[in-house]
Amino acid sequence: MDAIVGQEDTDAEDKRDVLISVRDLVVGFGDRTILNHLNLDIYRGEILGFVGTSGGGKSVLTRTILGLVPKQSGTVEVFGQDLDTLNESQRSAVERRWGVLFQQGALFSSLTVKQNIQFPLRENLKLSQSLMDDIAYAKIEMVGLKCDAGEKLPSELSGGMIKRAALARALALDPDILFLDEPTSGLDPIGAGDFDELIRTLQQTLGLTVFMVTHDLDSLHTVCDRIAALADGKVIAQGTIETMMESHHPWLRAYFHGTRARAVRSER
Amino acid sequence: MAPASLLDVRRDGDELKAVGAGVWTSENADTLEQLVTEAARATGQSRSAQIDLSKVERMDTFGALLLERLRRAWTREGVEPRVVGLKRRYSVLIQEMSRTGLEPHPTPRRHEAAVERLGHNMVNIFEDAARLLNFVGATVAAFLRMLARPRTFRFTSMVNQIDRVGLRAVPIIILITFLIGCILAQQGIFHFRRFGADIYVVDMVGVLVLRELGVLIVSIMIAGRSGSAYTAELGSMRMREEVDALRVMGFDPVEILVIPRLFALLIGLPLLTFIGSMAALVGGGLVCWFYGGIQPGVFLDRLKDAISIDHFLVGMIKAPFMAAVIGIVACMEGLRVGGSAESLGAHTTASVVKAIFLVIVMDGLFAMFFAAIDM
Ligand SMILES: Nc1ncnc2c1ncn2[C@@H]1O[C@H](COP(=O)(O)OP(=O)(O)O)[C@@H](O)[C@H]1O
Ligand SMILES: [Mg+2]
Repeated sequence: MDAIVGQEDTDAEDKRDVLISVRDLVVGFGDRTILNHLNLDIYRGEILGFVGTSGGGKSVLTRTILGLVPKQSGTVEVFGQDLDTLNESQRSAVERRWGVLFQQGALFSSLTVKQNIQFPLRENLKLSQSLMDDIAYAKIEMVGLKCDAGEKLPSELSGGMIKRAALARALALDPDILFLDEPTSGLDPIGAGDFDELIRTLQQTLGLTVFMVTHDLDSLHTVCDRIAALADGKVIAQGTIETMMESHHPWLRAYFHGTRARAVRSER
Repeated sequence: MAPASLLDVRRDGDELKAVGAGVWTSENADTLEQLVTEAARATGQSRSAQIDLSKVERMDTFGALLLERLRRAWTREGVEPRVVGLKRRYSVLIQEMSRTGLEPHPTPRRHEAAVERLGHNMVNIFEDAARLLNFVGATVAAFLRMLARPRTFRFTSMVNQIDRVGLRAVPIIILITFLIGCILAQQGIFHFRRFGADIYVVDMVGVLVLRELGVLIVSIMIAGRSGSAYTAELGSMRMREEVDALRVMGFDPVEILVIPRLFALLIGLPLLTFIGSMAALVGGGLVCWFYGGIQPGVFLDRLKDAISIDHFLVGMIKAPFMAAVIGIVACMEGLRVGGSAESLGAHTTASVVKAIFLVIVMDGLFAMFFAAIDM
């Protein structure tokens, strides 16, 4: 690609541009409060790692931001718009700008991988079949799958391939922000490392903002720009990995200084 | 913005110049694709080419992919273009795109042609019969194993299933058989009256309901209601590898999942047949009374003369066989579900259709059998 000559980017972006802002969020089921006056900001262009106890409400927060779980109070602003005040067409415009990788992949089981990726394209854009095919295969290759995976059904894929295919579908419309719920859980350490690398590359290539729920200390060290920790229904700390390691909160100390954490650090 | 300004191609002597502008993202992808297709053919006699992207404000994968298409098309024509004016933040994306799409796409999955499907279906009929026999064998084997160790019988599970397929089906079974009884009696009275043979309607209703209709209606209802539920349950357990989990823990899925369900039907369906037959007789009796003017006392006397215990037994003997057919077909289809939601749907449909078909075939065989032994 030496024929391509780069040019300085003139419209440098404001790095502290807030894409998603959650304020005073309360979510519960029955009389159990899961999220209790939670505040969180996600900035443009960052990879935010979100950690917390298992069953602490990380998935619930993600699903609340996405509008899949009703909230009891508080506001969620996405791209500067309060989701509650939007009408249907404004809302679907917002939804086109985010991509979601569900914990189990959630690929449509009766469609091939290619058709899964083309599904959002078909619904949202008027494109020729040849362009849709090219786009689908470009995404398949971008997430590190082989071309022949395109004609496979989800039941014919391995766990890691399902995650990649689901990622390709999440990226189908070139979203601005990508939500990942435990993307590396269930992958072997090498597969998980590769996946982290992939997220990093894609984030740089596509200029993505990434919200990543994770348990993987490796991912937190290698790919996350910033980390937020959830405990007792609130974000108890946020900042770089160094800030987190210095925190005195008992849960954070146990998390970042436990045996697993020490093992991870001694490897580096 | 006029769509044409997304991409302008001009010829400047020997040099081909494309000037891109505006927003090269998914929203404009269809327009841009057309422009790129036109531009790709416009090489003519040019010796060199240049693509100027300095006026492109935004670009995403769609734009980058189309740029790559144009670049490749011109390169194929022998004029490799220089790409200039590209914003630095997009260069990674464009490099990434230049690496993709070099391999040919795999051929799409073929849909079966009608003739081909017909052929497959014919072969399937025989395979299905073999599979059914196979499954019956596995069930009997599991049953015998269980007899050897009666303590392993999953009694609680069976009671739970009886509650679901038997007890909870009672209201709908009563309602439907009652209505069928009413309709039967009404039609009988309406047509028999012309011959002055009203009273024979009691014979007809009694014999038909006890011998045939009671068990048939109930079996068809249960195939639709519980057979489909069995298939869907076992099918989704297969999709989530729960059946494999049982197997690797050393359990036989047939023993744990199929036997209790089968027994629940074997117990539930005869009971429902009895209840349904009675409800149909009540319906018939009520219509005879209100529509035909046949007093309940007269109806009962006539019924006593018209039917014997044999008629009742014929219906009841058939019931457990129908239950076995429904249960076995439903469980077999459930355990054959593959990985997709579509396959779950297909097998649930197959389960209901096959069960109803086999119920009717069995009923015909029984009719011949009972005629032969004069029952
Ligand atoms: N739909 C629901 N109904 C009731 N409780 C729920 C529901 N979804 C999640 N929960 C509860 O909310 C808590 C947080 O769950 P989740 O967000 O999935 O945890 P995690 O942080 O591991 O992702 C859990 O205790 C879970 O039982
Ligand atoms: Mg979760």
